Amino acid sequence: MPIKIEHMYHTYQPGTPFKSDALEDIDFTIEDGDLLALIGHTGSGKSTLAQHLNGLLTPTAGRVLVDGQDINRKGADRKALRQRVGLLFQYAEYQLFEETVYKDIAFGPRNQGLTGDALDARVRSAFMKVHLPADALEKSPFELSGGQMRRVALAGVVAMEPEVLVLDEPIAGLDPKGRDELTDIIHELHRGGVTIVLISHNMDDVARIATRVAVLEKGRLAMLGTPREIFSRGDELEAMGLDVPQTVQLCRRLRAGGMDLPDCLTAEELCDAICAAKGGTRRGNA
Amino acid sequence: MLKDITLGQYYPVRSFVHELDPRVKILLTVAFIVAVFVGGSLWAAIPITLFIIGAAKAANLPLKLLLKGIKPLRVILIFTFVLNLFFTPGDTVLLQAWKVRVTREGLTTACRFSLRLVFLVTGASLLTLTTQPVALTDGMERLMRPLAKIGFPAHELAMMMSIALRFIPTLLEEADKIMKAQMARGADFESGNLIQRAKAMVPLLVPLFVSAFRRAGDLAMAMEARCYHGGQGRTRLRVLKVGKNDYIACAVMALLIAAAAVVG
Repeated sequence: MPIKIEHMYHTYQPGTPFKSDALEDIDFTIEDGDLLALIGHTGSGKSTLAQHLNGLLTPTAGRVLVDGQDINRKGADRKALRQRVGLLFQYAEYQLFEETVYKDIAFGPRNQGLTGDALDARVRSAFMKVHLPADALEKSPFELSGGQMRRVALAGVVAMEPEVLVLDEPIAGLDPKGRDELTDIIHELHRGGVTIVLISHNMDDVARIATRVAVLEKGRLAMLGTPREIFSRGDELEAMGLDVPQTVQLCRRLRAGGMDLPDCLTAEELCDAICAAKGGTRRGNA
Repeated sequence: MLKDITLGQYYPVRSFVHELDPRVKILLTVAFIVAVFVGGSLWAAIPITLFIIGAAKAANLPLKLLLKGIKPLRVILIFTFVLNLFFTPGDTVLLQAWKVRVTREGLTTACRFSLRLVFLVTGASLLTLTTQPVALTDGMERLMRPLAKIGFPAHELAMMMSIALRFIPTLLEEADKIMKAQMARGADFESGNLIQRAKAMVPLLVPLFVSAFRRAGDLAMAMEARCYHGGQGRTRLRVLKVGKNDYIACAVMALLIAAAAVVG
């Protein structure tokens, strides 16, 4: 189920002094099986773009096609669309409201009309996917830690079994351990066959799990390509105020210091390249 | 959807009216209310309408924006008009059908009362559209200061008001975000009967209350961390000063009241 974005523009509060152009001429396609990372400086329009993917915002101009169908056409079934394209907001832990984690995860599938065993199976399977302690299921979400609440919120969206999952900065504000765990959960969901759009500021994670990267700058699509292509343009990224992964940073510094290295993305590659440059081979497992 | 509320929203342009002293503007608004009620006849509406148009020009405000402020009032307006139209006793009958009759007196009263409502709302919006909330509460605090002598908590009240005003957009934004998040999970806020709709608000209201309390706690802590201890001995960054333009505005208002009194 590809999502095709055609020459899309979005303007907030048009016709008032508060008018601001959030997106301009966005045009690209999210393919099946992508783990597309959406990166860009604060205010570059990432979240605005994310909310167009399931029809929460309507473009000022241009179209969004899901499976070839314009999602903003007259009579489009928004509810069915939102089931197929799941969206997890920034700081999603603040959207929890039910008495127990179980009930909160069940909110989405229940709105889809599921009841009884089917509902129970959905909730339990989604709960399993986010690696929470088993006794958390019957607790109040407000008893959990922030990171755990975030995962409950993720489970609430996963329980709707969307084909595309849009995650708006899912790891923002988590501690390093929570960040790694959540990144692994996202990676697992992707391997399980879900197309993922991931908004992130953590370039190391992007380099590790993304299949493609889209860079937004001031509401425009500045670059689109594989992580390798994008991060080889480190100077341009830094000019936009964006980071590059630590491996790329190290690689560039060594090169500036006179070492002859190819572009490297992962720690493995960099390790091999350094050994090769020093005229040796790697011993043991690095 | 929640962003279309204009009543009480500041309109950020520069103008003669925007730069008036907030205290003067508050007092002028009170004076304007007096002017609205001074005139008894319908003729008094003419100088007041002219004043509003002039003030909107001087404030660089599109008239459309002022009129938009009346929209939420339409139910009350129609209600006032109809009630006065049919239930004012009078002798000159204009229209009669069965037991319902419209008298000349009824028509004038209906027009007068609905116009007064419109004037009051536009007058109040003129104040809020041209004055930043912080300036507004500053002005109020200063005006209420004499009352502090008899134990009236002027500073606390002004602080509470500025905090409340400050958080209206934040809470609206938050509500909008939570609403969208729940809609992404298939929540439906728009259809169903009254009970279903009230029930549908729970997923919105619970997170909204939780975050409002969290924000209040954070704010209290941040204020204490910066040594806030109430109004005692607190000085101002911007000291309010009455200037030439303020006197001109007062003169115009005096003219308006006089005109309304003479005409009415």
